Amino acid sequence: MRRTLQSIPLLLAISIILYGILYNMPGGPLAPYLQNPHVTAADIARLKHNLGMDQPVPIQYVKWLGHVLVGDMGYSTSNSEPVFQALIERFPATLELMGASFLIAIVIGISAGMISAVYRYSALDYAITTLAFFGQSMPVFWFALMMQLAFAVHGIPLPFGYQIQLPSAGISNSDTFDLGDRLEHLILPAAVLSLLQIALFSRFMRSSLLEVLGTDYMRTAAAKGLSFRTILFKHGLKNALIPVVTVTALSLPGLLAGAIITETIFAWPGMGRLFINALNQSDLALLMGYLLLIAFLVVFSNLLADVVYAWLDPRVKYD
Amino acid sequence: MAAPSLPVGTGVAVDEELQLSKVTFWTRLRRHKLAITGLVVLALMVLAAVFAKQLAPFDPNAIDNVHWQGTPLPPCFQEAAQCGGHPLGTDEVGRDLLSRLLFGARISLAVGLSAVAIEVIIGTILGAIAGYYGGWIDYWLMRLTDVFLSIPALPLLLVLTAIVAASSTKASLSFGVIVILIGALAWPAVARLVRASFLTLREREFAEAARAVGNNDGRIIFRHLLPNAVAPIVVQATLDVAGVIITESTLSFLGLGIQPPTASWGNMLANAQSNLSIAWWAAVFPGLCILVTVLSINYIGDGLRDALDPNIG
Repeated sequence: MRRTLQSIPLLLAISIILYGILYNMPGGPLAPYLQNPHVTAADIARLKHNLGMDQPVPIQYVKWLGHVLVGDMGYSTSNSEPVFQALIERFPATLELMGASFLIAIVIGISAGMISAVYRYSALDYAITTLAFFGQSMPVFWFALMMQLAFAVHGIPLPFGYQIQLPSAGISNSDTFDLGDRLEHLILPAAVLSLLQIALFSRFMRSSLLEVLGTDYMRTAAAKGLSFRTILFKHGLKNALIPVVTVTALSLPGLLAGAIITETIFAWPGMGRLFINALNQSDLALLMGYLLLIAFLVVFSNLLADVVYAWLDPRVKYD
Repeated sequence: MAAPSLPVGTGVAVDEELQLSKVTFWTRLRRHKLAITGLVVLALMVLAAVFAKQLAPFDPNAIDNVHWQGTPLPPCFQEAAQCGGHPLGTDEVGRDLLSRLLFGARISLAVGLSAVAIEVIIGTILGAIAGYYGGWIDYWLMRLTDVFLSIPALPLLLVLTAIVAASSTKASLSFGVIVILIGALAWPAVARLVRASFLTLREREFAEAARAVGNNDGRIIFRHLLPNAVAPIVVQATLDVAGVIITESTLSFLGLGIQPPTASWGNMLANAQSNLSIAWWAAVFPGLCILVTVLSINYIGDGLRDALDPNIG
C-alpha cells in the first residue's frame, strides 16, 4: 500500500520533468504553426492565449495536469485527433507485438536458462551462454534488417522446392481477421523484439537456478532420495523463478524501446511507429502523451513486480 | 552429454569442492580467453579508427563517378569485374563502403568513450555525495535517479535530439550534442552503484581514521573512499560503452544521431532497408561492425567483472 502511494509523487516528478523538457523548448507546442506562412503573428498570439501559453509556466503545468488526469492529453497535430484517442487506437497492435515477444522470451529464455544451469559447463551450456551474449550485443534494428534480408527478400529454401517466405511489413493483408495471415505477419517482428529479452532471461534464469541448486534444502531433498526430476521441478524451479519475476518486469523499458524500432522497421501500426511519426512532425502533445504513458507503464510494472515478489517470497517484507 | 543424476551443490562435500574448484578454474580461464580475444579485437578496431585516413582506400565522402551508375557497386569478392576497386562495394550513392566503415569506427568509439566519461563523472560525484552524506541529500538524489530510471531512455533521447535539431540554427546535430545527451541521461545507474559502495565504505575504520586526523570531506571522498569503489565503476563503465555504441547507432539509424555525410555505422544503415533487395552488403557490413565491437566490449566487461569481483560467478 505504501509502495503504491510512493509511486504517485514519482509519477508527478516524471510529469514535471517531461513537461519542463518538452514545453519550454523553442517553438513549444506551436512549432508546427510557426513554419506555416499562412499563420500570422496575430494568429500565434491568439493561439498562445487560447492555449494559456501567456500564463506563468507553473500555472500552465497545473492546468495541463488537470486535463491529463481526466484523460485529455491535448490534440495531436500530426493525426488530427485527440492524443488519447490516437494512442488507444494503436495500443492493441503494440500489445499484440509486445505480448507475443514477451511470451516467446519467457518460454525460450527460461527453458534455455534452465538447460544451461542443469547441464552446467557442458557444450550445450556454452552454446546457450554464447548465444545469449550475441543476443545482448545485437543492435535490434540491424537484426531486424538481417531477418528481413533472410526471410522476406530472399526466403529460406526448404527441401522439395518449398521456401519460407515471410511478409516484412504490416500487421495483416486483409481487413477481415485471418489468424494465419496475422501470425505470418507477426513472426518476424516478434522474433526480432524477443531476442534481447531471451538473452536476458536465459542468463538470469541460469544464475538464479544455479544458486538454488546449491542451497541446503536442495541437498536435503536429494538426501531424502527424491529423483532429480522431482527435485528440479518441485523445489528448484519454484524458488529459482522468484527473482526472474522481477527481471521480467524490469525488462519492460527495453521492450518498449525495442518496440519503437521494430514497429518502425516492420511498418507495424502500433504506438511506437506513431511516436516516430510524431517525432518527425514535431507533434509535441502526442510525444508528451506517449512518454507519460510508457513512464506510467514502467512505474506500474515495477510496483507490480514488488508486490508479486513479496507474495511469492514470504521472506521479503516491504513496510 | 550424460543426464546429471545430481545437480552441482548436492553431491558429497569433499569430492564436490574439489571438482568445483577445478571447474571454476577452467571457466575462469575460458572467460579470460574470451575477454582477451575481445581486447585484441577492440584494439584492432581502435587502431583502424585512429589510422582510418591511412587505411581507407578512398575518400569516405567521395562519390565514385567513374564506376557508379545509380546502383550500389557490389563487393570485389562477389563480382570482381564490376566492383570498381571497392573491396566491400559502395553504398547507394556510390561511396566506398570500406572507407566509410573505417571512419564510422571513429564516431562509434569516440561517442562511446566520451558519453561514458560524462556519465561516470556525473554519476560518481552524485553517487558519492548521496552515499557519503546520507540523510535528506541521499533521499532526494535517489528519488531523482528513480525518476530518470522510470522514463525509458531511448524515447526520451529521441525526443531530446529531435528538439535540439529543431531548435538549433544549424541543420545538423553535432557530435557533442549527441555525446552530452546520452551521457547526461545515463548517469543514474552509475550513481546508484557508487552510492551503494559509499554506504558501506564510509562506515569502515579507515574512513573513520581519515576523518579523525582532520581531513575534509572532499579529501575523504576522493582520496580515501573513491579508490576503493573503482572496481564496480570500471565494470559498469565498460559495459556502458557497449550500450552507448548501440544507442548512438540506433539514433543515427533513425536519422536523429550523427548526420550525413559524416559516416557512422548507424546512419550507414539508414538507407540500407530500402536497398535490401539490391545491396545486401550495405546492410550487412556496418551492422557486423557494431555487433563485433559491442560483443568484444561486453566480453571484456564480463572478464573484468570476473577478475575484479570473484564472488560473482
